[in-house]
Amino acid sequence: MTLQARYARDRLVEISIILLTLLVVVPLLIIIVYVIMNGFSALNLSFFTEELGSPARAMQGRPAGLMHSIIGTIVIDLVALMMAVPFGIATGIMMSEYHEHPFSPVARLMTSTLNGMPAVLMGLLAYALVVKNTGGFSALAGSVALAFVMVPIIARTTESVLRITPWSLREAGLALGLPRWKVTMSLVLPAARAGVITGILIAFARAAGEAAPLLLTSFGNNYFSIDLTSPMDTLPQRLYSLAISPYRQWHSMGWGGAIILLLFVMITFYVGRVVIRKLEKYTNS
Amino acid sequence: MTDTVLPALRSRTLVPARYRAPGDRVFKTVVVVLASGIIALALAMAVVIYLEAAPTFRAFGYVSFLTETTWDPVAAIHGALPFILGTLLTSFSALLLAVFPALGVAIFTAEYAPRWLAEIINYTVDLLAAIPSVVIGLWGIFNFAPQIRDAVYMPIYMWALEDAEWLVPIIGAPSTYNFVTATLILALMIVPYTVALSRDAIGQVPKEQREAAWALGATRWEVIRNSVLPYARTGIIAGILLSLARALGETMAVAMLIGNRNRLPFTLFGPAATMPSVIINEFREAVEPLHYSSIMAVGFYLFIVTIGINLLASWIQQKLSLTKGTL
Repeated sequence: MTLQARYARDRLVEISIILLTLLVVVPLLIIIVYVIMNGFSALNLSFFTEELGSPARAMQGRPAGLMHSIIGTIVIDLVALMMAVPFGIATGIMMSEYHEHPFSPVARLMTSTLNGMPAVLMGLLAYALVVKNTGGFSALAGSVALAFVMVPIIARTTESVLRITPWSLREAGLALGLPRWKVTMSLVLPAARAGVITGILIAFARAAGEAAPLLLTSFGNNYFSIDLTSPMDTLPQRLYSLAISPYRQWHSMGWGGAIILLLFVMITFYVGRVVIRKLEKYTNS
Repeated sequence: MTDTVLPALRSRTLVPARYRAPGDRVFKTVVVVLASGIIALALAMAVVIYLEAAPTFRAFGYVSFLTETTWDPVAAIHGALPFILGTLLTSFSALLLAVFPALGVAIFTAEYAPRWLAEIINYTVDLLAAIPSVVIGLWGIFNFAPQIRDAVYMPIYMWALEDAEWLVPIIGAPSTYNFVTATLILALMIVPYTVALSRDAIGQVPKEQREAAWALGATRWEVIRNSVLPYARTGIIAGILLSLARALGETMAVAMLIGNRNRLPFTLFGPAATMPSVIINEFREAVEPLHYSSIMAVGFYLFIVTIGINLLASWIQQKLSLTKGTL
């Protein structure tokens, strides 16, 4: 092959790679622009202050909103977070600080497998464990399902940030005569604090966008409820119900819900990204 | 460094009992007990879903449940073949569509783009991975599906009716929510994962590897083709497998866009169903015990398939890699 031909082929490859990149990036931007455009026009005050009610309510033009879904999402996700954090962080600590423990390789394998599991299966499990045994759909069952989603994410990020904290930190603590648990709790964890919190944020954002497990557990509710033992509404699951409903007014509320959900996920994502960048600077210097 | 400290920590003879803090024992027990929760979770998932599905396996058998083509809750006949086929067809087609553009993006950001542009693209792609599935489904329902039906499927169908009648049974009459739409959306949704994982694999290739090829007079593409891609190969393959696992389990967007038809044959422009989509669509209406356990059985097979692909991916990463899993 002549040099000319090789350069020509180079050029051709470069152009096709640029085209492929556009093919991926452009639809992404289109989706985001569409959700933002349709979403903001669907928002108004009653969207944040009213509950959804029956379809008739929206069709007759009476004020309806997703206040109950927003509050429900926050409640269910926070309860899930409270359940998931101790397990996730403990697993991360075991895999990193006690990696000579015989359970550690097993836990690592389970963590990576669970991370790849479809969330709908977590919903099936939570249904069989909680809903079936308590006799009905409940917000608590939804929290359990979301906790199942969160635990492996928190465990994995905790492990990886603990692992990049310098070994000399532990050596210094041990040399001072600190027991291992104190080294972990008062040296390693504080040093890795930002990373651990980022992991929790990522897990929270992931779980906040999950609709599938909630459809099978917390079920949904057209009215405001704060009772953990009865069905409660959440944004992602409500979005699904609104989108497949036949009512035009509900469709536009769906766009409104989508922009709230998207904004929430984008902000969490951005905060996490900033923290990670700071962390990288810290570890590089 | 780990090697020098750990044996000392582990060895009981080096540290006399009176210096070992009692807190250590308590702390370690608490950590290990809590961490066992994740092992219990994985095991419970297998056992509980299997037990819930057991009546179906007793009624239809493990294999004939998979090969039976009828899914009719009213007649109490449950076969998973339509959903298995639907899942496999949508996932593999989506993967085929996604792999080359995703590799293109990964190569472009790693090898061609200036740093600032690469960062913007990476940020956008990562952001897409974070968009909830149900939001993409919403966009698909209200925007993408109706538009692509009118702009693409209808003309193709009209043309097939007139000039290529043999095509008609394959493509079918276009419905708004159909197989091709779901596959396209699925491809779009797994692209970010494939990009991120291939990008990581390409990023691990040492600089010397590239410099050696440059020094031999290779052009930019030859550098990529002959020294970057072979080195990153195992990472890329594992990444593709993990993306496949994503596609198999992707639930909401597919359930919203595939149209949900429980019977074979599927057509390209007609409705179909996948394993996750049937769980979402029928679970809340499953009153009959057999219907319920059959949905659990679909979930059980989904579990088996995803766990298999995940294990295969991590095995590839560890065993076949040039760097023996340190990548």
